[in-house]
Amino acid sequence: MKLRRTMMFVPGNNPGMLINAGIYGADTIIFDLEDSVALSEKDAARHLVYNAMKSIRYSCEVAVRINHISTPFGYKDLETILAVKPDLIRLPKAETAADIEEIDELITAAEIKHGFRPGSINMMAAIETAKGIRNAYDIAAASPRMVAIAIGGEDYLADLQTSRTKDGKEFFAGRGQLILAAREAGIHAIDTVFGDVNNEEDFIAETTRIKEMGFDGKSVVNPRQINIVHEIYAPTEKEIDHAQRVIAAYEESLARKSGVVSLNGKMIDIPVVKRAQRTLAYANAVGKNERGTTL
Amino acid sequence: MINGVGRDIPEKIAGIKNVAPYVDPFSNVPVGQITGPKIVANKPRSEKVLQSIEQAIDAAGLKDGMTISFHHHFRNGDYVLNMVIAAIARKGIKGLTLAPSSLNTINEEIIPYIEQGVITAVETSGARGKLGQLLTSGKLSKPTIIRSHGGRARAIECGELHIDIAFIGAPACDTYGNINGVEGKSACGSLGYAMVDAAYADKVVAITDHLVPYPLFPISIPQTQVDYIVQVESIGDPKGIASGALRISKDPRELLIAQYAATAIEYSGYFKQDYSIQLGSGGASLAAARFLKEKMKKQGITASFGLGGVTAPFIEMLEEGLIKAVYDVQDFDIPSIESIKKNRNHQEMSASFYANPHNRGPIVNQLDVVILSATEVDVDFNVNVITDSNGVIMGAVGGHQDTAAGAALSIVVAPLLRGRLPMVMDQVHTVCTPGATVDIIVTERGVAVNPQRKDLIKNLKAANLPMMDIEELRDLAYEFAGKPDPIQVSDKIAAVVEYRDGTLIDVIRTPL
Repeated sequence: MKLRRTMMFVPGNNPGMLINAGIYGADTIIFDLEDSVALSEKDAARHLVYNAMKSIRYSCEVAVRINHISTPFGYKDLETILAVKPDLIRLPKAETAADIEEIDELITAAEIKHGFRPGSINMMAAIETAKGIRNAYDIAAASPRMVAIAIGGEDYLADLQTSRTKDGKEFFAGRGQLILAAREAGIHAIDTVFGDVNNEEDFIAETTRIKEMGFDGKSVVNPRQINIVHEIYAPTEKEIDHAQRVIAAYEESLARKSGVVSLNGKMIDIPVVKRAQRTLAYANAVGKNERGTTL
Repeated sequence: MINGVGRDIPEKIAGIKNVAPYVDPFSNVPVGQITGPKIVANKPRSEKVLQSIEQAIDAAGLKDGMTISFHHHFRNGDYVLNMVIAAIARKGIKGLTLAPSSLNTINEEIIPYIEQGVITAVETSGARGKLGQLLTSGKLSKPTIIRSHGGRARAIECGELHIDIAFIGAPACDTYGNINGVEGKSACGSLGYAMVDAAYADKVVAITDHLVPYPLFPISIPQTQVDYIVQVESIGDPKGIASGALRISKDPRELLIAQYAATAIEYSGYFKQDYSIQLGSGGASLAAARFLKEKMKKQGITASFGLGGVTAPFIEMLEEGLIKAVYDVQDFDIPSIESIKKNRNHQEMSASFYANPHNRGPIVNQLDVVILSATEVDVDFNVNVITDSNGVIMGAVGGHQDTAAGAALSIVVAPLLRGRLPMVMDQVHTVCTPGATVDIIVTERGVAVNPQRKDLIKNLKAANLPMMDIEELRDLAYEFAGKPDPIQVSDKIAAVVEYRDGTLIDVIRTPL
């Protein structure tokens, strides 16, 4: 099971950061060609990211945030970056399914051109406007390449005509819509960045909140935020123990070729099994599944 | 002669009396007696306070060709060394050997006096900037002798480094020569390095900007060792002497290295109740304090003692009861200075107590774990902390050799790359600390254990660290940055690097 607890943004125009991006344990690194890169450096960043991806072996999922295709940079970003086969293309400011469909076609063409396996490059989209939130499900379901939708913070709040608060009321409706859309489409829901890197307390509170809402992970802007998120997402010993029992019961029922899964005399539904699998995936990722229950 | 770390040491080196090649960390058996200062008589109610540095130079009998010493507790705020050398130059004295415990960038001021021949030889722990360049240039009449802190204390005590006159910057001094480092506007905390000079120099001159009526208390350097006292307006710049509390790095790469180092300690087999620890003041080494602290709290472990150059994160652990006692040879920041002044469990110690391999028990021999920084490491686990990528002196050996040898577990932390340069390589340019005393190398991309430490290799398997062979780390570094050409050097030996036991572990030749 692919985890995306942390998706770390790395400015595409900083060679030192590009080289070291993979060492901090983020589930996904996102090389950014968009907001963190000044207009005058768009071409340089594109080529730096291209060359980094060509020559460095990253051990985690590698995504590239391209500029929107309505800007003068989006198509060029895609043309250059698709040649080095990113795992994931992240589109900013998605508002309609059509945005996704257009990029999907470009990726398909690139896969053919470069001889990559069809469908091997995934997509995700950041939703940063009220209109995008209204269309969230359509965006999430617009292409089989879609693996995640994310809520983008500052632009979204500007569109909503509000600003950040400590307890995140302003994000409540948007996050709620986003998670529902992602779940309906069967893909990941990723929360926005928390930019105040030195404010650990509020970062922990926000991450705990979005985990409870059902988000699969969070965008991060600094390697120091990674372990904090992973610790919050780490299941407790009790949760792991329960999940291991559920999986054991499930496997036993498979071995018996019985359609009914039961644990301690209680029936278990398939969603419960899936949840147990998810729990163990998180446990594996932090090395806590010591019994080594297979998934 | 090829020495124990494979370095070619000439049989004779002009200007160096005893050329004995390094063999291994512990086989060298010292012979002879501990030396001592000249016997003097002191008459009742004698006056030690003199009017000027010049007067003290005369009274102490400084002559051409003598050896003078200083301490480096004032670091980059030191005025004493510069003002004394300037006064000596004004008197027209020449051909001196300068033997400070270390040199800082601020001491660049003395370069003209080296060029004029006031100073013709240097024996120290290291140097930086233009002074480092000068010492590497081979322009001095003798090669510079680089010693560790413990090695310097040893050399002084056995007479290899005989100090004719020690000039001691004294943050607080009474009229009869009792000195401490914790009071006055130039307080620096521990005077550990100066203690050895005071005990063994033929003449001791205290230079102070805080002269107090007799008696001063507490006493770090006693009246029995001090001949003369000179009061000056200022012995140092407080801003350069000690910083505000040294803070834990926010650099994610240093934090990652620190986290790996702390995890390596946790699984090493040494992380037990009453273990002991030394952390360097370098970024990643200091940052390990944060992660160790968390692990100690979580597992209910406290340390018996902490050692070394002392910093605020260490003091916090002392005050929180995570460390029972701190032994202190040098303080790096204001909280450390305040602590040594008020906390009975914060003990000042001399460089000999700290690290001299040839006394009856330096505290490094009781040390379980040390984390050290490095400039370069090689596939034999040898460490360079003295020369840069151009072969120029830019650092100091400090306590590196001593703690690596003494500690049961020595961990060296270094980034795999600095800029575009690999830091793990086939051969370091200068060996300072032999690989035989280095157990684990921690970089941001991988952790390598010295193959001789089969116990550690076994213990760290459970640690979920990116374990690699040292050769894999080197290959990874070369893959990113390419393999640099070796530095081209001339035949001129600009400096020799002593091992702590007085044998030669390497020589520094002037780069072409």
